[in-house]
Amino acid sequence: MEKALAKYFPVFVLPTLAAFALAFVIPFLMGIYLSFTEFTTVTNAKWVGIANYVRAFTANKEFVNALWFTVRFAVVSIITVNVLSFALAMLLTQGLKGTNVFRTVFFMPNLIGGIVLGYIWQIILNGILYYFDVTLAFDPSYGFWGLIILMNWQLIGYMMIIYIAGIQNIPGELTEAARVDGANRRQMLTNVTIPMVMPAITICTFLTMTNSFKIFDQNLVLTAGAPSKKTAMLALDIYNTFYVRTGFEGVGQAKAVIFFILVAGISFIQLYLTRSREVEQ
Amino acid sequence: MESLNVRKKTLWRQLLTLLLCVLALLFLAPIAMILINSFKGSVFITVDPFSLPTGEMFTGMGNYVSGVEKINFWHAFGWSLFITVCSVAVIVLFSAMTGWYITRVKRVFTKVIYYAMVFSMVVPFQMVMFTMSKFANVLHLDNPYGIILIYLGFGSGLSTFMFSGFVKAIPIDIEEAAMIDGCGPIRTFFAIVFPVLRPTAITVAILNTMWIWNDYLLPTLLLDSRHRTIPIAVQYLKGGYGSIDMGAMMAVLIMAIIPIVVFYLSCQKHIIKGVVAGAVKG
Repeated sequence: MEKALAKYFPVFVLPTLAAFALAFVIPFLMGIYLSFTEFTTVTNAKWVGIANYVRAFTANKEFVNALWFTVRFAVVSIITVNVLSFALAMLLTQGLKGTNVFRTVFFMPNLIGGIVLGYIWQIILNGILYYFDVTLAFDPSYGFWGLIILMNWQLIGYMMIIYIAGIQNIPGELTEAARVDGANRRQMLTNVTIPMVMPAITICTFLTMTNSFKIFDQNLVLTAGAPSKKTAMLALDIYNTFYVRTGFEGVGQAKAVIFFILVAGISFIQLYLTRSREVEQ
Repeated sequence: MESLNVRKKTLWRQLLTLLLCVLALLFLAPIAMILINSFKGSVFITVDPFSLPTGEMFTGMGNYVSGVEKINFWHAFGWSLFITVCSVAVIVLFSAMTGWYITRVKRVFTKVIYYAMVFSMVVPFQMVMFTMSKFANVLHLDNPYGIILIYLGFGSGLSTFMFSGFVKAIPIDIEEAAMIDGCGPIRTFFAIVFPVLRPTAITVAILNTMWIWNDYLLPTLLLDSRHRTIPIAVQYLKGGYGSIDMGAMMAVLIMAIIPIVVFYLSCQKHIIKGVVAGAVKG
């Protein structure tokens, strides 16, 4: 069968492969090359070595600032999203009435696109801040916490579903045995539930981290970097470097490569940590 | 003693349910607030965003009428629908074919394709954004038809990976029997393999639908103003001058959410399962 099928490469693989090469492979390789050159269009590239990488950090403070903002954002999101979604998952695995309805409600914000999400929260947060005579653009910390609230609203339901699956997979005998041995609620939580859902905790931590790093639409809409680019995160900073001012295309591409290495690095650590525990999908 | 304990437990459970009700309302509040304000005049939205649209504030469907007109909503809706449906159909079909082929034909080049596709899943869009859009311009793919091909390229990584994972788990015997009985690879695929892949096809379709329907950056880079999708139209309403028709904005946001909510409520089970299965993407 393998031989007969092998001949059908042009039918089964070629269309996908051509699109994949066009949209990903070639732009990716070109992107790496161009990060070492100076260019305005793709065809007039001039080799400059690592100058773009140096300029990404030294030309102004924007990239370093975006990097630092993104890291802080990721840390706070990971903690808040995971604690809250785990708590919700615990509440929704008690066999209470209406559990399915609650699950539906909590998950819904996850499906709304970043642009619409951003506007919803911009309007609400500015509406609240109006009473204090300020806006989200008043101080970087407003934008920061605004983004945190938005991120929690979007991701809690999603992570909650993963935690619910983890909690439901705990064998009944285990909780029963602990109860017979006289464990109280807190001991059950710290000695049974949390160790048993450790794989889910790993997945959710990394998912929140990569999502926090890659966030763009919400950042663009909610603050667009205001005030004075202090709330621009990595993806938005790269976009601005490419499209808002000319002459910085090479620097933008160098930033993109650094961004790629960061995100891919996080994903590979995750893969390494979960590979031994997870069953292949 | 026993009955007191039971009663205490029931009370505790009622309190928990009450807590969940409060949380659920809190979760819905942002959307409810936009909905309420969508019936208010623009002036009142800024100065009094938390009151109900009563008296002189109430504008009926006025915001909806002006919102639809300002961004040409049905036009944007049409393009969003066209691009999403076509791209998802193309992605599901071709990724399933590729996933089957590279799993069944064990050669070096199929391994290379597989790992290249897995690798593409961890690369953020910003890495290829600039070069890809320039490339698409040169090849005249910067229109609603060409973008389908680009979506196939970006979507094929995760989708092929998921199909391939499923093919590994199904026995090869039936396919082999069919081929021995004179069934060609194409007929074998459509008559035997594809129906078996159905659960994965649904997951892949949902994941890609949510992504493409909500995608903003890629269509912004490739499409001109005649072909706005809904996210672009929403962003366009804001305009470049800072003055923004808040009333129209509220109405447009509600109209942008409605299709998603309808889609979600009509196939909720598949969506939750599908979106979470995509967690492997990381």
